[in-house]
Amino acid sequence: MSSEPKVDLEMAKAHGLSDEEYSRICELLGRDPSFTELGITSSLWSEHCSYKSSKIYLEEFPTQGEHVLHGPGENAGVVDIGNGWVAVFKMESHNHPSFIEPYQGAATGVGGILRDVFTMGARPIACMDSLRFGEVSAPRMKHLIAGVVRGIGDYGNCVGIPTVGGETGFHRGYNGNILVNAFALGLARRERIFTSRASGLGNPLLYVGSRTGRDGIHGATMASESFGEDSEAKRPTVQVGDPFTEKTLIEACLNIMRTDAVVAIQDMGAAGLTSTSFEMAGKGDMGIRLDLDKVPLREPGLSAYEIMLSESQERMLILAKQGRQDEVAAVFHRWGLEVAEIGEVTGDGIARIYHHGEEKAAMPIGPLSSNAPIYRRPVAVPKDLAQRQQAPEVPDADDLAGSLKRLLDTPEMGSKSWIWHQYDHSVRTNTMVGPGGDAAVLLLKGTPAGLGLVSDVNPVYCGLDPYTGGAQAVAEAVRNLACVGAEPVGLTDCLNFGNPERPEISWQFRECVRGMSEACRSLEVPVISGNVSFYNETGDQSIPPTPTVAMVGLIPDVANVARSHFVAEGDRVVLLGNTHADFGGSAYLRLLYDIEQGRPPSVELSREVQLAELLRYLTFEGWLHTAHDLSEGGLGIALAESCFTAASKGPTLGVGVEVDMPPTWLFSESQGRAIIAVPPEHLDSVLSEAETMNVPAVEIGGVGGQELVVRCDGSVLRAPVDELHRIWATALPRALDL
Amino acid sequence: MRCGVVVFPGSNCDHDVYHILKHVLGQEVTFLWHGEDSLRGSELVVLPGGFSYGDYLRAGAMAALSPIMAAVRRHAEAGGLVLGICNGFQMLLESGLLPGAMRRNRNLLFECRDVFLRVERDDLPFTRGYRKGQVLRMPIAHAEGNYIHHADQLESLEEAGRVVFRYVSPEGEVAAEDAAPNELGELWNVNGSINAIAGICNEEGNIMGMMPHPERCAEEILGNVDGLALFSSAVGALEVTA
Repeated sequence: MSSEPKVDLEMAKAHGLSDEEYSRICELLGRDPSFTELGITSSLWSEHCSYKSSKIYLEEFPTQGEHVLHGPGENAGVVDIGNGWVAVFKMESHNHPSFIEPYQGAATGVGGILRDVFTMGARPIACMDSLRFGEVSAPRMKHLIAGVVRGIGDYGNCVGIPTVGGETGFHRGYNGNILVNAFALGLARRERIFTSRASGLGNPLLYVGSRTGRDGIHGATMASESFGEDSEAKRPTVQVGDPFTEKTLIEACLNIMRTDAVVAIQDMGAAGLTSTSFEMAGKGDMGIRLDLDKVPLREPGLSAYEIMLSESQERMLILAKQGRQDEVAAVFHRWGLEVAEIGEVTGDGIARIYHHGEEKAAMPIGPLSSNAPIYRRPVAVPKDLAQRQQAPEVPDADDLAGSLKRLLDTPEMGSKSWIWHQYDHSVRTNTMVGPGGDAAVLLLKGTPAGLGLVSDVNPVYCGLDPYTGGAQAVAEAVRNLACVGAEPVGLTDCLNFGNPERPEISWQFRECVRGMSEACRSLEVPVISGNVSFYNETGDQSIPPTPTVAMVGLIPDVANVARSHFVAEGDRVVLLGNTHADFGGSAYLRLLYDIEQGRPPSVELSREVQLAELLRYLTFEGWLHTAHDLSEGGLGIALAESCFTAASKGPTLGVGVEVDMPPTWLFSESQGRAIIAVPPEHLDSVLSEAETMNVPAVEIGGVGGQELVVRCDGSVLRAPVDELHRIWATALPRALDL
Repeated sequence: MRCGVVVFPGSNCDHDVYHILKHVLGQEVTFLWHGEDSLRGSELVVLPGGFSYGDYLRAGAMAALSPIMAAVRRHAEAGGLVLGICNGFQMLLESGLLPGAMRRNRNLLFECRDVFLRVERDDLPFTRGYRKGQVLRMPIAHAEGNYIHHADQLESLEEAGRVVFRYVSPEGEVAAEDAAPNELGELWNVNGSINAIAGICNEEGNIMGMMPHPERCAEEILGNVDGLALFSSAVGALEVTA
């Protein structure tokens, strides 16, 4: 190992290992690690790959459920959706790369999550993206927004997987660290699921896909650090995407997985060949021998260290059955892809890595993973929490129409169609309800059933009370799914936080996970996969805690799915749930008065259960034309949004309602609420069903006309729908100076 | 009718077209691989949408040189039906089977949205199921759909009545390539095509290319069936929709 730099503690520290972690690896090996071994260790033990600061909390999540076939631990979770089909899905962050280089960062985020899904043998059929940007006026922000959206679009559009939903938020807490969370879902036959567990002594390891270059080296380590002033210098650690290769890789992999020539398959994601080969062997209690001279390189001269840690995209490792190599190679060659046999599975449990005739690494795989550090980091309640939680003064909304218009005129509340028009959301012809609704609805061709997909989180709530915020994200996702008649089958998450070595960040994390776990248990939604992204900080400024939840639900019959907007004049409008004065962390206070103060609305899980059951039942009966969840901006925003169709060219319909509450409460964000529009002939059935199921329900008015009219306690909000629509539809492009 | 859907590396609407022809219209459909030089008896050949070879060069430029395109050309010259949708239209232009070229969309962005089309020809094998002047709603999904052609040749294209579909307002008014957006910021001619051209045909009318995606609006459950008549016309199965 003479050609490599000598390793010492200082070098280990530069690789992000602590003193203690360095002694641990020396002890484990019984010697100092080689340079390549140090690189491997620092990647595998990085926060990003090892979950060392989050593991103890993640164990709280309920991961079992009647539909769950594979929970966390595989490339993606797997749930049974009936008729012999399974849904495979996961969400993952690509925050750090996207902040450094938004186009490639976001693009490769999509590529990576797609590989996690088709690696399992599933054909990807849908993507979603949860994006958090800073204020549009912040430095570089318009560039970041444009780049991220174009990156997601160019990648997803080219591979031909529709981006059917997601969410976009803006908050100054992300000025120095944006979030890009990418979700993908695939379908497979139940019996055709693949895992990454190696087996079979002597089986060959085949490398397929793009060549290995120097891009992305130490991406996993970068994602485990905060941003300093030198983040620009980290641009070379961002990978470069090639969606065309990904598309051919999808087809070739799904093709070969229909044969029985493949034992296991794993994509090369974070920490590249290192984590892929170590995980594959580790899961099967096997060893591996890798000959790095056989790895296809983009340029000559890469060292063993670089080859093991490169995060070049669109690469997979396939463990084939002995003697079936040619069969595998033929399929990949047909799709114009390269195949190289780079090693084999061995029985000694050791990873032996050769390059230029030298053994560059010899590491025991099991101990390396079982000895990975796990930390219970100190926690502390943030010092300013009590002060931030003090009940805010809530200014009265004297000019109701004005307040509504000002809210609709923010990037936060305005239509996000400028973003999702750049995403192909209709390819594959399964998209019954695309972006812009409460939840996306996908057809399952050949069956009457469909899937509902949604992603939710309110970072302001999480910042003010992480426990409630965590529970609220889960509850809102369930509510959104219920609005399209979907019963949740599982969720995946992307837990975005600051530096866990700071006690108040670890406290936020613990509390969010506790809130999510409790909501998951009450609402019976298992967590089947997910990802943790720490160190989302610049300087010592952390992002708001952002536990993004993406949830998938099953709709027994899509024929009756309600829309999130009004569809028929004369429909009766019913408000479900109770309204209180809930203004802590509300859009009303934050966007109109710049106040982020108070306790977020409490989440009554038993009420959420009842509301979701009622909405699903009413949908099943076919009694609903419209169902729309109340969230940010409360009843006022929900009514306005219901007047606009998601497709901007559709007709707009007005509504007139009267509610018994103080006028300002139109913008209260009490949880557990939704509005529904019901054909008059079903109104009695709907109200009586609500009573039976113990959900407060009040008929508040009817659909019709060209105005939004809300009467409450003597005040009247009256505005032409066309005007509101214009404000809402153009708010984001105007904010971006487009 | 025997239908063939060509699969190029990077095609991604191949399955959608197959689905409509096979499962909605009950036709005999086969996938044709780009590397082959036979259409295996297909009477209707569809070049589907997608990003053939990644479209890292001009869209459709590489695909136009695929072995299968020689077979497509022979088929077309013998009067066989050829339909190019989106990337398929771009290939027809790049291969010279239809005239003109594509530029980036006017706003330089990929655009996926519904547009309105006016039917200009109802006498083609592909459009017999429509009425001249009828306004259709159809999704587009492309970044390079800004059709352009030499002024004099454009004139002869128009004179020959070879424009099949034009981008229009919902009321059917032609949307000029340089029209200002409406108050919602929308353009009816999103990509900025000259003369609002969305689809054209050859002189004989057996080759047609169009940017919008009729295969994405051909089933009731998706809320729009404006594209179905195009396929049912082409396969001579109008009675299915009648």
